[in-house]
Amino acid sequence: MTTKIIFIVAYLILAPFIGGLLDGIDRKISARMQGRKGPSVFQPFFDVAKLFNKEVLLVNKAQAFLVLSYLGFIMFTGALLYSGADLLLCFFTLTTAALFLVLASCSTSSPFSSIGSQRELLQMMAYEPMVILTAIGFYYATGSFKASNIVAGNMSAIVYLPGIFVGFVFILTIKMRKSPFDLSASHHPHQEIVKGITTELSGGLLAITDIAEWYENVFLLSIVGMFLINTSVVSIVAAVAVVIVVYFLEILIDNTSARMRWDKVLKLAWSVTIIAGGINLVVLQVLKSLI
Amino acid sequence: MANVKRSPWLLHYDGSSCNGCDIEVLACTTPVYDVERFGVVNTGDPFHADIFLITGGINSQNKEVVEQIYSQMPSPKVVVAVGTCACTGGVFKECYNILGGVDTVIPVDIYVPGCAARPESIIDGVVKAVALFQEKADAMDSKK
Repeated sequence: MTTKIIFIVAYLILAPFIGGLLDGIDRKISARMQGRKGPSVFQPFFDVAKLFNKEVLLVNKAQAFLVLSYLGFIMFTGALLYSGADLLLCFFTLTTAALFLVLASCSTSSPFSSIGSQRELLQMMAYEPMVILTAIGFYYATGSFKASNIVAGNMSAIVYLPGIFVGFVFILTIKMRKSPFDLSASHHPHQEIVKGITTELSGGLLAITDIAEWYENVFLLSIVGMFLINTSVVSIVAAVAVVIVVYFLEILIDNTSARMRWDKVLKLAWSVTIIAGGINLVVLQVLKSLI
Repeated sequence: MANVKRSPWLLHYDGSSCNGCDIEVLACTTPVYDVERFGVVNTGDPFHADIFLITGGINSQNKEVVEQIYSQMPSPKVVVAVGTCACTGGVFKECYNILGGVDTVIPVDIYVPGCAARPESIIDGVVKAVALFQEKADAMDSKK
């Protein structure tokens, strides 16, 4: 019980720092890839500190409540994972959190916000099947949905789930709002939807969505790590290494691809889900029935 | 006192510019000048912006647009007029549709002269704007 509480508190305190630093490293590496010097790795923290010192222009009364709920549910999701709870529950609360952000942007009358929130829903439609398959895959591999049991196996889950791992890393690009899948909240250089889903958020509210994204990224990368972690200490080192490689890959994809149309994103994400995830599960089932 | 000067986000608006200054503003974000190293982000959203960069003079059509963008920016905010046209109306000053420089519709803090303004002078203007941005944030802080 005490270890659970330590894990939850450690996540809630450390995740924004790790997430923010990862974001800063992302911006630095992106700048280097483009032949620029780039900002400091602590730039995301400067940005958030500044945003909290700006005036908050509320478009409506619901906005603040919805954005705070978004942060709350994201924090709850991570806390659930680090308490070793049911993986399905984690994914459902994560979806609930994402819906609060969509509601926050839908509640305004800005056309850019509306386009952003509708695209966010389309993105959810694209990645959600793979998220569910990931939970099912973990159950097939380890016989449990509980995070605490999944990391306590003798063998890393990735041995049974290479296809699911590939599929999950694929949808991670959508989840992290990286190009070519940054449909709903465009990065700053391309501005045809202004800032999409966060267009109508100002000052502290925008800072809160940033912090929530840091929590979310740490949560998602923890899931990537879970594919590796088993009872041995070596697996934890391997998990950290794989997480770093995956994060670098995301930055590389982000910097080398242009944005896709939503229908292509949907087709591609579902194809990968069916091919990588589906075949993995079928093979696993067949092997289980043979043994 | 909060340190806000490390994260100035720009909003660039093209008034009735000939595009000369706009290209120079964009040149600031290229690898040669790379303003992002000062934490500058070229945002397209007035709700997120701290520094309002305007090129070109004000005409009777974009007057309301500039006023609206300015009113949508949360304070503290700084306005930079880039190029001779934005400062005074420039060669278009006597045109029937031109009202004059940016300061005819909103208060301008920093004037960057030049036709077209060079990236170096634009960056210099932005750096001055950032110092003013910090001053305004401090003033807002002490009011609380």
